[in-house]
Amino acid sequence: MGILLVVILLIVVFAVLFVIGVFNSLVGLRNQVKNAWSQIDVQLKRRHDLIPNLVETAKGYMVHERTTLENITKARSTAMGAQSVGDKAKAEGALSGAMSKFFLVVENYPDLKANQNFLAVQEELASTENKIAFSRQNYNDQVLFFNNKIQMFPSNTIAGMFSFKSEEFFGVEGQEEREAPKVKF
Amino acid sequence: MGLCLIFLGYVIGFSIYPNGGGIAGLLIAVVIWFVMSLVSYFAGDSILLSMSGAKEITHDIHPQLFNIVEEMKIAANLPFMPRVYIIDDPAPNAFATGTKPGKTSIAVTAGLLSRLNRDELQGVVAHEMSHISNRDVLFVTFAGVLLGSVVLISEVFLRSMFYSSGSSRRYRSGGKGGGQAQLIIIAVAIVFAILAPILARILYFALSRRREYLADASGVRLTRYPEGLASALESISTTDLNLASANKVTAPMYIVNPLKSEGMPLSDLTSTHPPISERIKILRGMSQGVNYLSYQKAFSLVKGQVSTIIPASGRKESEIIPIRKASVEPKKEQSQKKGAREIGDLIRAINKYIFLTCICGLKIKVPPDFNKPKLNCPRCGHELEVPLAELAAITTAVGSVIPKETEQKEKQSNLEPLTYKRQGKGWESFLCSCGKLQQISPMFSGSQVVCNNCERKIEIIN
Repeated sequence: MGILLVVILLIVVFAVLFVIGVFNSLVGLRNQVKNAWSQIDVQLKRRHDLIPNLVETAKGYMVHERTTLENITKARSTAMGAQSVGDKAKAEGALSGAMSKFFLVVENYPDLKANQNFLAVQEELASTENKIAFSRQNYNDQVLFFNNKIQMFPSNTIAGMFSFKSEEFFGVEGQEEREAPKVKF
Repeated sequence: MGLCLIFLGYVIGFSIYPNGGGIAGLLIAVVIWFVMSLVSYFAGDSILLSMSGAKEITHDIHPQLFNIVEEMKIAANLPFMPRVYIIDDPAPNAFATGTKPGKTSIAVTAGLLSRLNRDELQGVVAHEMSHISNRDVLFVTFAGVLLGSVVLISEVFLRSMFYSSGSSRRYRSGGKGGGQAQLIIIAVAIVFAILAPILARILYFALSRRREYLADASGVRLTRYPEGLASALESISTTDLNLASANKVTAPMYIVNPLKSEGMPLSDLTSTHPPISERIKILRGMSQGVNYLSYQKAFSLVKGQVSTIIPASGRKESEIIPIRKASVEPKKEQSQKKGAREIGDLIRAINKYIFLTCICGLKIKVPPDFNKPKLNCPRCGHELEVPLAELAAITTAVGSVIPKETEQKEKQSNLEPLTYKRQGKGWESFLCSCGKLQQISPMFSGSQVVCNNCERKIEIIN
């Protein structure tokens, strides 16, 4: 009788410890996903901040490319207004598309390409573009870990108990927008 | 290797004092190891950095390098930004150091910067970042120290045996059998003292070669672009310059062996790095995306053996990661002279020189301690003003150049453009509204110039 009680007690203790462990690791993973998302946000904001500088520098040289520049400005304000992960991915994709068109046009303006300020902004933009890609890579990795954990047995039972929800991947919409703006140095 | 050291200590100790000397020798060996480890853990990175003459840089001095390091930090999901250093050396190379996660550094040589384009530089930085995130630096530091201790102890023992042979016999506790046994022990100790450093070295170098392959694999996984690292290695391997500040123990920290021309063709057992040609072949052989499994496959294909480089946890990864496209930047193919000049300018920028561009096109480098208000161009004799205030301020200036510049630009570009009417077809000069001298060459055919001092536009009417 006594032994049976001890065994049952041990099983209960281990079960509780297991639940605590899984719960904590789930919370940790969810926070990692959040952190990765804020990393992307920082870089997207940096891109939004850099674009006015780029447009301002290019304006004087590219008198005949008003629409290209306006497209970038418009795409930027749409992207700044987007809220959900899906909307954001779409709007940012459109912004990348507008920028890649801009950098193609730049090829026709050797004076602009020689401008030191323009080159500096361009390097910053190119790097921000890369950072967006890398932080997206990282975000999707984290989301994958998290989603795997809450969908696989046995952690899925505990995830269900505390209503953890799967996170959304940061995808890229459309084949055309998949290409990052080509930046020449 | 730890066993190697402990056994060495025991045998040496035992051969000197047979009664309990083994344990004492063991303790002494461990203490030496411990002290050396402590020193290298807490000061190893600063010793290495100051030994190699590396200088820390900010974003302003080399924006591209700094940005690339930032990119790789994001890709590797590191919580801390490593500090970035440049080494004034024409040999292209790079290393990472730092044993504590919050205090890591990446150093590249000026020769590397002048030789590689953005993609290639990214590959190299990713390799170094992988050394940091795989904690290889810690491994190299501790294994290096362990190797150092083994070498040190056996050297000391062998020399003391050689110079004072027989001195230990004074302590021998009489009896014939005991003496014979001790003689055997001494012989074993000598043999072991000779063998231990060699064994430790072979182990150390084998491990370090594995780590290099692993860092290649994870670096490529970060950039998703194997060709970047491959072509960087290719252009690095074309030089036969030795890095002045490297030695055999610090060598595993570098991306390629900094001691290329060191005598004999490095045999496979004692070289710290795998042959570059093999590394390139593996990288170029990665046909199925850039995950670890693909690297392992390419590795087995090139080496023709089944040894595994990637730990099992990495090989499990099933997701196929596609290779990204190249950015358009052309390869850097420049004359040796231009490369050297670029390096010089870079080093001067680190040392807080100011650059003045004369109207004849000559770039004049003004050292930070220059204190005359004017100087004459050495080529054309034109008198130039030295921005002394800027020279004084530059030592205290902090923060990024970019926002500052754009602020200025926004102000000036709102002003009406100036106009200037050309007099003829030759060289012409005039002053901008800010007082900066503008020069137009006979070849000039545009309709506008921008003052490089205040960013104001000036229309040119022919």
